[in-house]
Amino acid sequence: MSAVLSVPTLAQAAIGQAHRVKALQAPAHAPEWKQMLEELGFVAGEHVAVLARAMPGADPLVVRIGQSTFALRRAEAACVELEHTSTGGLTAAAGTGPAGTGAAHA
Amino acid sequence: MRESVVHIHPAGPLLALVGNPNCGKTALFNRLTGSRQKVANYAGVTVERKEGRLKTAAGKLLRVLDLPGTYSLYPRSPDERVTVDVLAGRAQGEKRPDLIVCVLDATNLRRNLRLFLSVQRQGLPCVVALNMADLAQRRGIVVDTEKLGALLGVPVIRTVATDGEGIDDLRALLDEPERWRQGSVPPEGEDTARINHILKELGLDTLQGELPSDKVDRFVLHPVLGPILLAVLLFFLFQAVFAWAEAPMGWIEAGTAWLGEQAGALLPEGHLRSLVVDGLIAGVGGVLVFLPQILILFFFILILEESGYLPRAAFLLDRLMGSVGLSGRSFIPLLSSFACAIPGIMATRSIANPRDRLVTILIAPLMTCSARLPVYALLIGAFIPRRELWGGIELQGLVLFVLYFAGIISAMAVAWLLKRFTDAGRQVRPLMMELPSYHWPHARNVAIGLLQRAEIFIKRVGGVILALTLLLWVLSTFPGAPEGATGPAIEYSFAGYLGRGLATIFEPIGFNWQISLALVPGMAAREIAVSALGTVYSLSATGDEAAQALTPLIASTWGLPTAFSLLAWFVFAPQCLSTIAAVKRETGGYKIPAIMLGYLFALAYAASWLTFHISRWLLT
Repeated sequence: MSAVLSVPTLAQAAIGQAHRVKALQAPAHAPEWKQMLEELGFVAGEHVAVLARAMPGADPLVVRIGQSTFALRRAEAACVELEHTSTGGLTAAAGTGPAGTGAAHA
Repeated sequence: MRESVVHIHPAGPLLALVGNPNCGKTALFNRLTGSRQKVANYAGVTVERKEGRLKTAAGKLLRVLDLPGTYSLYPRSPDERVTVDVLAGRAQGEKRPDLIVCVLDATNLRRNLRLFLSVQRQGLPCVVALNMADLAQRRGIVVDTEKLGALLGVPVIRTVATDGEGIDDLRALLDEPERWRQGSVPPEGEDTARINHILKELGLDTLQGELPSDKVDRFVLHPVLGPILLAVLLFFLFQAVFAWAEAPMGWIEAGTAWLGEQAGALLPEGHLRSLVVDGLIAGVGGVLVFLPQILILFFFILILEESGYLPRAAFLLDRLMGSVGLSGRSFIPLLSSFACAIPGIMATRSIANPRDRLVTILIAPLMTCSARLPVYALLIGAFIPRRELWGGIELQGLVLFVLYFAGIISAMAVAWLLKRFTDAGRQVRPLMMELPSYHWPHARNVAIGLLQRAEIFIKRVGGVILALTLLLWVLSTFPGAPEGATGPAIEYSFAGYLGRGLATIFEPIGFNWQISLALVPGMAAREIAVSALGTVYSLSATGDEAAQALTPLIASTWGLPTAFSLLAWFVFAPQCLSTIAAVKRETGGYKIPAIMLGYLFALAYAASWLTFHISRWLLT
């Protein structure tokens, strides 16, 4: 899936990999999502990482944004474009926790 | 707020607490005001107007408003709008605050600072309470309050609302006259850059590493274990509601009986004694007896809410709720509806999307509210044998669980139909929900919440329920039986005629005229149906029967199909008037309450008809 898209988004980020937000791109059917996400702290330059994904369909996701934790649906996470390079791993979160293993490559 | 009618503002300066959701604002409010607070109507989770009084260090009394939590000053939900309107001085019947205490969560500075800057731009004097400072410190986030204050241009007080740290400093700060004068207003449109600068200056531009909460979440949000835990928790909750409440309910029953005897001995035989003993004491006692169950249910909900588990439950249920066109957010109002639909309906104010909110309001009454417990308890006690099944599970508890489950399933079905057959239902709506860190529930906050709910329930007993119980007593006492009448007196009363009239409507679903009669006051508030049955039966009974309690009486005079049919009726039971009134106020018209009443009545009738006929066919 990530091969099709040139810009990586939060929806495809590997669990426990820290990134920085590059920009927000709301879908045409829900332009208000951009502002909503900004208010929650999804602003350019902020640190972000996926912590977990729920079971059927990897939806919704648990996301760490700066110091806070949010639940986002897959489509919402897909609005968050990331800088190409990861800024490293989230401390210990890339380990072998039950939520961190199976879904990481979904 | 809109429903506020008092426009004369009490003297004294007004302080308002503003902050993000989950920033510990309500805990700070509880600390500042103690028990000196007034909650208008039903308290949801800060969706209601909470006002209190605070004493400054110098002994000055101030009014304090706890404004609903908001992420920004661009309101998307009704409760966020309240905050915005009050800050702008636009809220009807509400004075514009003289000073804002902006509560910032020290563990989430970036997001909290965005709100602070827009609040400061409103041009009101501001001070900052940097809350949850202890939690931040434990996570290695040390905020230099002096420096932050200098960068923001307002005083910053470090507070830990949960253990009272910094509260005295805040009280002292409020005595300084210069705090009440307006400071500088930040320029427009530079917030992101400014916040980045502030966070860099403070050395806080980092990503939060793994938290203890994350470890808990590995288990709680686990795709398989998480839902199992949720199901176990809910099942345990309902078992506890029945098992733990048994003893205190016995005491209340004994107390009511004793009071009735005392009053009966004091008063002369006649209408007055009948009114006091059969109407007043029996009526109030019959409802008060369910207070323990309601408090236990609220206790669990408050604990789950305080600990931070509720949003996790919403996360786990998001797919399921999404499949019927709702989001996990609807879970919290729906769970509150298990206690009472009114706080549930009010809690829907935090659902930003109007369509989701409306659907949640419509299905909230299908969640089995505690007012239905008295009816269930009576019928289950009378018809379901006390038996232990495998694993120590009680049969009566299991039946109760099934009834709750039936309500949930039908709510899902209604929501699914609305998703499938309406245009708005097919659109996609966002989840975007914060998962706050877990913390141990604080006894103080749980106690305050529990007291507020108990007060509300007792007020209902004192008001609506009492009035209707008395009205029913009048209906069932007058006119008295004619000379030489053979049947019990109530058959000749107004109530007797009314009940028989209704019985023609309800006969196809197996209700006798006593039940039909009890349903009338039961519409006003469902728990009254029990005390109404008590009144109808204790008055219609003659001789030895009068002394018997209601339980064995209905067990011997009703058939099993009738009991099942009545249980089914109460799963859907058309709304109590207070709920209808709440829906009317929240939706601003009669259309939605009328639709709700109509569809619930149809569902209840259909379900009871099916239950009655199927169980009669099975049992013969």
